[in-house]
Amino acid sequence: MKREEIRVCVLRVGGTNCDAETERSFEELGVKAEIVHVNELVKRGSLLEYSVLVFPGGFSYGDYVRAGAIWAKLILAKLGKELKAFVDENRLILGICNGFQVLVEAGLLPGFEGISPYPEAALATNFPPGYNCRWVYIKHENNGKCAFTGKIPKGKILRMPVAHSEGRFIFAKERDKQCLEKLYENDQLVFRYCDKNGEYAESRFPTNPNGSFHDIVSICNPEGTIFGLMPHPERAFHWWQQLDWTRQERMPQYGDGKLIFESLIEYLTKKF
Amino acid sequence: MKYQLKIEVSLKPGHSDPEGETTAHLLKELGYKVEKVNVSKIYSVVLDAESEKEAETKAEEMCRRLLANPTKDNYAIVIEEEK
Repeated sequence: MKREEIRVCVLRVGGTNCDAETERSFEELGVKAEIVHVNELVKRGSLLEYSVLVFPGGFSYGDYVRAGAIWAKLILAKLGKELKAFVDENRLILGICNGFQVLVEAGLLPGFEGISPYPEAALATNFPPGYNCRWVYIKHENNGKCAFTGKIPKGKILRMPVAHSEGRFIFAKERDKQCLEKLYENDQLVFRYCDKNGEYAESRFPTNPNGSFHDIVSICNPEGTIFGLMPHPERAFHWWQQLDWTRQERMPQYGDGKLIFESLIEYLTKKF
Repeated sequence: MKYQLKIEVSLKPGHSDPEGETTAHLLKELGYKVEKVNVSKIYSVVLDAESEKEAETKAEEMCRRLLANPTKDNYAIVIEEEK
């Protein structure tokens, strides 16, 4: 697949944000992206025209019931069949922040045995509680399975902003060790919170901004084609989006978020 | 028939409850001898169903499909015929 043949659908509903930044990030890299309201996508029945589906950040449907829950169940009810075909064909799904919450609530992540009928994990209320908006360091943990991080060497530390109240990744208490082992076995763990030297947060706030289990920032499905993360790569795409750009003498032209977009584009151009 | 469902969704024991802990902290600051606070959510639902049995089945389904995440939530359902 040539770069110009890739088509990206950035989904939108009431309460999504950074959809415009996500669209622009793709377009900066020469990939056609469009923002589509979920009702429009249902009406057109056009999901399978896209190679990438993005659930952006925000507070869809006011975060009512649980963050991401309503959007997840709506998608399954209205687009369940098409979504399953999309996943079976190994097309790419990216969930950023609220989008990650949607993927977990929809049973797409961690997806140990494919799409699960009920959530196998949760993004629970932050600990310490409250909305947390800050730049964090994250360390790349994946051994090559994840289609969204192919251009990032294992162990590389990236910097991106988080902005959420419900980002504490957890498994059911009685199964958390077993599920963590599965994540490692299947190469599904993608990023963990760390400090700027790469030391893991070990749950310490604010290095781990939400109390996430095992400092988990981000995971992918066993095929590596569905990827969710709490930080916002589209808010760390350009140098001028970074918090210290006025204090640095020389900033690189791009932020670390660009690597995520570049990796998934490279994956698609090589694989299809 | 119309049934009134009260569905309470609460955290499973062992899961931390940051909202409850923060609330407990403030209640202590206000001078109350509070030991613990747990926060839960109650959904009051009016449902059309043929029988109480059907109302119960539907309520269970609602919890599994949307209202509770089995990773961390318990739920309890109380059903009454609506007067």
